[in-house]
Amino acid sequence: MYQFITGPLLWLTFIIFFGGLTFRVVWYIRGLDWKLDRVAYRTYPALGLKGALQSIIHWLIPYGSYGWRAKPLYTLVFFIFHAGLVVVPLFLAGHAVLLEERWGISWWPTISMALADTLTIGVMVTAVIILVRRLVLPEVRILTTFYDIFLILVSVAPFVSGFLVVHQVRDYTFWLYAHILSGELLLILIPFTKLFHVVGFFLSRGQIGMDFGIKRAWKSRKGFAW
Amino acid sequence: MPEGTLCNKNPITTKEQLDALLADKTGKIYYEEMKHLEVDTEKLAETLQATCKSRIRTWLEICAHCGLCADSCFFYLANQKDPTQVPAYKIQSTLGEIVRKNGQVDNAHMRYCMDVAWGKCTCCNRCGTFCPYGIDMGVMFSYLRGLCFSQGFVPWELKIGSGMHRIFRAQMDVTPEDFVETCEWMCEEQQEEWPGLEIPVDKVGADILYTCNAREPKHYPEDIAEAAILFHIAGEDWTVPSEGWDQTSLTMFAGDWEGCRLQVEGIYRAIEKLKPKRVLGTECGHAHRATVIEGPYWLGREDGRPPVPYLHYTEWVAEALRTGKLKIDPAKRIKEPVTLQDSCNYIRNYGLKEVTREIMSYIVEPGYFVEMEPCKEYNFCCGGGGGLNGIGIYRQWRNIGFKVKRDQIKATGAKLVIAPCHNCWDAIRDMEEIYELGIRWSFLKPLLLKMVIVPEHLKPKEEAEEEE
Repeated sequence: MYQFITGPLLWLTFIIFFGGLTFRVVWYIRGLDWKLDRVAYRTYPALGLKGALQSIIHWLIPYGSYGWRAKPLYTLVFFIFHAGLVVVPLFLAGHAVLLEERWGISWWPTISMALADTLTIGVMVTAVIILVRRLVLPEVRILTTFYDIFLILVSVAPFVSGFLVVHQVRDYTFWLYAHILSGELLLILIPFTKLFHVVGFFLSRGQIGMDFGIKRAWKSRKGFAW
Repeated sequence: MPEGTLCNKNPITTKEQLDALLADKTGKIYYEEMKHLEVDTEKLAETLQATCKSRIRTWLEICAHCGLCADSCFFYLANQKDPTQVPAYKIQSTLGEIVRKNGQVDNAHMRYCMDVAWGKCTCCNRCGTFCPYGIDMGVMFSYLRGLCFSQGFVPWELKIGSGMHRIFRAQMDVTPEDFVETCEWMCEEQQEEWPGLEIPVDKVGADILYTCNAREPKHYPEDIAEAAILFHIAGEDWTVPSEGWDQTSLTMFAGDWEGCRLQVEGIYRAIEKLKPKRVLGTECGHAHRATVIEGPYWLGREDGRPPVPYLHYTEWVAEALRTGKLKIDPAKRIKEPVTLQDSCNYIRNYGLKEVTREIMSYIVEPGYFVEMEPCKEYNFCCGGGGGLNGIGIYRQWRNIGFKVKRDQIKATGAKLVIAPCHNCWDAIRDMEEIYELGIRWSFLKPLLLKMVIVPEHLKPKEEAEEEE
């Protein structure tokens, strides 16, 4: 079982994950239409690139944009949530071991266990805050669907199970399998759901950045302030 | 009754149709007919297929439903944070529904879309700057307006506006002859005070071609006179076109994309015919958006720019003050708290925030200019943009929406609001009528005329002698 879910099934997961996201990126870029979007993408590559980078970078940095600064608490929760989601799976020592065992990659950087734990707890706590916020604030509740809640649960499941595995609560094998399978489920779902924002964020922000860089803020010395 | 006699899917293209629609005062019959207008779902699906591409589809799909856009919307704030006014909700429940159902929607849904697209959104694009993904719901609402228009679901006034543009190439029934006559009349009227004042019509190769808003010749001809006097003082070589002089676009507000193209085409034709070095538009926000920012794309210009540099009035004023073509008498500068209304269309959507502040530095005594909070690209819409000022059935909604701008102005403590945009100017006037803040509001032109230094040789003879 372990061999299968960390072997062929994992490969299949990666193929779907990377294949699906590649399709998303290609489909998005091919669907950009300078006439319909009314942005002269090709005519002003430099302005476009500058605008796109400005837009992406300002929104990647905590409190880096006017919008983030307008919502200081939410921004804090948002960045703690996402920092854990990205950093832990990529740089966990336990995951790096697999890389070395399977592919002989020994140079992969890792984070300390303490940091991994802190980040994981961060993900779980902020997920609860995000869920409660969804249900409590009327302006968010009106937008919330079961789909949104499902996606949060799917995203957090590998972290909860992983945390239990690492801390060997009991039933190690069950939680290990639950962790691996929920992780694979998450990766498979990403391209097919709005979780595809792992690339979609950069595409969408890049596009609006180009729009303002090329067209809607080109008269301003510094472009749009974001 | 699938198609009404007044309310139907065909744009107004003849004077007879226009008169029939105008005769239906406030659109009583028109809106009654709309209740029975059939939705051509097949055509809607085709339009989506052809025009709804990855950008909009991704925006609709990727929306995280986080609600961060809520506080960015003045309608949401003005309506006691009514969740149905959250921009993401508004767009998902309208355009989102049409896209998810691939156009299979009914009459009731289209009428709901119309109410939201025109009565609950002014396409100010503010929400787009607060969304972590950069989802611009103003852009999507203007797209939705296009879908609604193509199916005949458009407010009565804007159906008329679109027809005006298609028939007169102006938003009002002003013909080229009327326009030229108004220019001549204004010129004559000013001769005593401004000897030698000219409004050159169709002069080829001038430095500046001046285009305006049809309301000016129709309702405020003195605005044209003021523009002429300022050009006269600045010593500009300028002209107006007899055709292609109105740069406004109620077609843009209406979602009449073909009408938009026709309107801008007329102006660009004038540019090609008269070969000016530059074109300058009046103090209007949406006219600039239509003609300079979006217009090139409607005409399929790959460079996304007009044929020659096309300035907003504020750009010219700043330049004239900077270069000394217009000199301000320091004694006559504004010496009272004064604030500035940033027009969404050329501040947030064109980047002229620095230019407008530069003007303030010349015309306001230091220490008296007070910024609104928030301002510049984050400023709130005046409350009447996107055509809302002119739509009768949403008047009450608009008046509630005014509260945000009202409170912003109140907080500055200023009694004078400079509003270099027709829509903002109107909105602030109506706001004053309703909420009685005791404020005044003004375009730049009349303010400049009060404080500009007039060169001796331009003064009338007697006056000059008297002074000696």
